Amino acid sequence: MQPGALAKALKSGAIWGFILLELIFFSVAGEFLSLSDKAFMDWENMLLLLKQSAPIGIIAMGMTIVMVNGNIDLSVGATFAIAAIVLLDSMTWPIFAGLGDWVIPVAWLLALMAGALLGALNGLIVWKTGVDAFIVTLGSMLGYRGIVFMFNGENPTSHLNWTLVDFAEAQFLGLHTATWFLLGVTFAIWFLMTRTVHGRNAYAIGDNREAAVNAGIRVGPHMMVNFAIIGFLAALSAVVFYSESGSVNPNDGQLYELWVITAVVLGGTKITGGAGNVIGTFGGVVAIQLLRKGLGHIGADTSTVNLVIGLILIAVLFLDKQLNVKGKEELKI
Amino acid sequence: MAALSKAQIGPILAKQGILIAFAVFMIAFTIASPKFLSVDNVFSVVRSSAILGVMALGVTFVVISGNLDLSVGSMMSFSTIVVLDLHDKIGPFLAIPAMFAMTLALGAIIGFLVGYLRLNSLIVTLGMLSAIHGLTLTYSGGQNMDIADKEGTWFSVFGQGTALGIPVPILIFAALAAFLGLVLGKTAFGRKIYAVGGNDTAATFSGVRRARTVFNCYLISAACVATAGLIQASRSLGSQNTVGQGLELEVLAAVILGGASLLGGSGTIFKTVIGVLILGFIQNGLLLLGLQFYVQFVVTWVIIILAVWLDIAAKRGKLWSPIA
Repeated sequence: MQPGALAKALKSGAIWGFILLELIFFSVAGEFLSLSDKAFMDWENMLLLLKQSAPIGIIAMGMTIVMVNGNIDLSVGATFAIAAIVLLDSMTWPIFAGLGDWVIPVAWLLALMAGALLGALNGLIVWKTGVDAFIVTLGSMLGYRGIVFMFNGENPTSHLNWTLVDFAEAQFLGLHTATWFLLGVTFAIWFLMTRTVHGRNAYAIGDNREAAVNAGIRVGPHMMVNFAIIGFLAALSAVVFYSESGSVNPNDGQLYELWVITAVVLGGTKITGGAGNVIGTFGGVVAIQLLRKGLGHIGADTSTVNLVIGLILIAVLFLDKQLNVKGKEELKI
Repeated sequence: MAALSKAQIGPILAKQGILIAFAVFMIAFTIASPKFLSVDNVFSVVRSSAILGVMALGVTFVVISGNLDLSVGSMMSFSTIVVLDLHDKIGPFLAIPAMFAMTLALGAIIGFLVGYLRLNSLIVTLGMLSAIHGLTLTYSGGQNMDIADKEGTWFSVFGQGTALGIPVPILIFAALAAFLGLVLGKTAFGRKIYAVGGNDTAATFSGVRRARTVFNCYLISAACVATAGLIQASRSLGSQNTVGQGLELEVLAAVILGGASLLGGSGTIFKTVIGVLILGFIQNGLLLLGLQFYVQFVVTWVIIILAVWLDIAAKRGKLWSPIA
């Protein structure tokens, strides 16, 4: 076996092994601890799990490409809330009154455009000023949240459109609408990152920015496009979620950035850039959601979920480090 | 001629830009609102900034050593809840050292993971943010924590008392800032922190123990968080589990505003204090002008990016980034 091959196989397969472990553990533990008679691996339950993964998962796909670039976006939670408000508020604007249900695609489009624009603004600032993405998006996390409050103060924004709710609650081929969006986005970003020049450039820039510049890649516009993508996806996530719920609080989406980054890191993306893929991220998203649902299933409360996810994140980082160090020789277990 | 004066202005702006910005702000607000510089108002601003400020002092050490600490918010919730709970169980005399010991233990865990195991500090402290939040909820059972006898305890002195006419939180903040400023600026330990943050390979070769230095920075950060938790608990004598939620990023904003580089190796306690005061006075000034609280979010956004941008623009001698 090639030196490091075992370490590599362990790393790429680790998240799926972890998911399998979770499934077995919660199924067995559920037999003894669960209050409900239903099995954990119930089909309905698994479908619901995928649907509940969608809001974090859709954003996580965008975070993967941004982090592969060597950047980070802390403002996604605020962008999520702005897009939700644009969606719900624009449906009540008098200029769209005559549209009937055609107001839905218009509202969707406006919300998605808002998200993409806010993302692009982050990217433009990173590009033109050269300030680190961590600081730029830390700032815009505050700034965008301020914009959220400007809409409606501390009051919630609500609007229910029943056509839209029916669409969001529909199940096509057994999967919920939100799940289809998650799968679609996963496929689209997978294609972008593995089958296009843009995707290859993303890895090149994250791996070695100097070298990428010397190779003639226009790093600035490239990064800006990726920030626009994550902004767009944060808006898409909001649009899918709030089509169903119909009401947004100004604090919604807070801490989403932390959940998203946790999922992406669990999925094997390097925080320093240059490595990572959306399939792993998908695994990370599912693993987190499984953990939340599973712990709920065996009667643990939310405090345990936070504790366990935090410890797992650190453990994954530790194992990853061990594999990286030892992979260069041969893995010793 | 113009080029010459530009060359002279650049370094001055780079070094003292944050002070100049602070002065401009203070003058502008004073003209706009006469109440702004009154003693009462200044005290009230500094007092309400003290909790954030004390935490920012500790985070400054961590950032100079080239690391991040995103766990300070949830750690502050933890120490607040713990000290309030123990106050009624074992009395304030024992509760305070017990709370400090528990918070320092958390800091030691982070210091061990980042210092000795060399794990990425962003992810470790992100994990600890979540884990400590879970720990706090488990400890309190999800309940709010209140002191039973709010009138009869001397515990409120740290948050509500005054000494020599000055509110105690301000005194704690000032004393801690002076002490930590000396530690960072005048001791061998302080110089080691700059060395590790500036170039840890070079520091290691010159005999600085990187792991131990980073470990100590996280201990200092935890001690500051415990102090902030003490002030918070004493001020309100009751608390929710989420009292420190989101503070980690505000603290980081203040430290960055003070000019510390996230790459490590630069920053001072004095500049962090200025960063904290700028955030506090902007918030207060905008409120005095009759603007809604959320306007300060947007203003803070603009200021953070402008401050960091001008700082690096002065260093590289060009306004726009060289990225193609």
